[in-house]
Amino acid sequence: MAALSDPTRQALLEVIAKRGEATATDAAEELPVSRQAIVKHLGVLDRAGLVEARRQGREVRYRVRPEPLERAASWLTGLAAEWDARLAVIKRIAEAEG
Amino acid sequence: MVVESIDREIVIQAPVERVWAALTEAEHLGRWFGDAGAEVELRPGGHMVFVWLEHGTSHAVVERVEEPRFFSFRWALIPGEEPRAGNSTLVEFTLLPDGSGTRLRVVESGFGDLDGSDEEKARHVKANIGGWTSELVELQEYLERQIA
Repeated sequence: MAALSDPTRQALLEVIAKRGEATATDAAEELPVSRQAIVKHLGVLDRAGLVEARRQGREVRYRVRPEPLERAASWLTGLAAEWDARLAVIKRIAEAEG
Repeated sequence: MVVESIDREIVIQAPVERVWAALTEAEHLGRWFGDAGAEVELRPGGHMVFVWLEHGTSHAVVERVEEPRFFSFRWALIPGEEPRAGNSTLVEFTLLPDGSGTRLRVVESGFGDLDGSDEEKARHVKANIGGWTSELVELQEYLERQIA
């Protein structure tokens, strides 16, 4: 999830989520970043499938797509469970030795 | 928002040296990490191989070996591939004495660095591997109940 490893993009996603829908100009009002930089970040988020865009007249409005984040969250929960299972086997082996 | 690493811990009722052996000896590695055997060259830069019945062979490279307190390796997430930047995660074990036992901590990190398409594949592979490992633990618990 390299798209979200940038803290500005994380903040941007939170701004859009909080508003429900936002333009680049809206986001620039809330973040200490230029509108130009926000447009670039929105492009990254869009290509990563984390936001979806729709045109309204001359504006492009962005919305958060929750599915990728939900998939990532459940994937990481699964990974944590995997490691718990491995640690349990290591424990079993170490406690049974000798 | 996105977790870049997994951090888990367990307390084991065995001294640090025994936990170290369970962690680093090939015959044990092939039980908790892999289910059909493992090979390990226990030195920085040493090669590791884990075999899974269903998923084939995974490769890893040892990073740090500081017996009996710290062990780390870089693991290629796609079976058959050697670990490199973009297809691997770092696994770090820390062993701390805890009374007469050991507190074992594992941190797997680097998920944010995975290449896009590799990430999709890795997710699929890891989800399957995780399922098998959990089944193994359940089977062991079932057998122990039968024996008890």
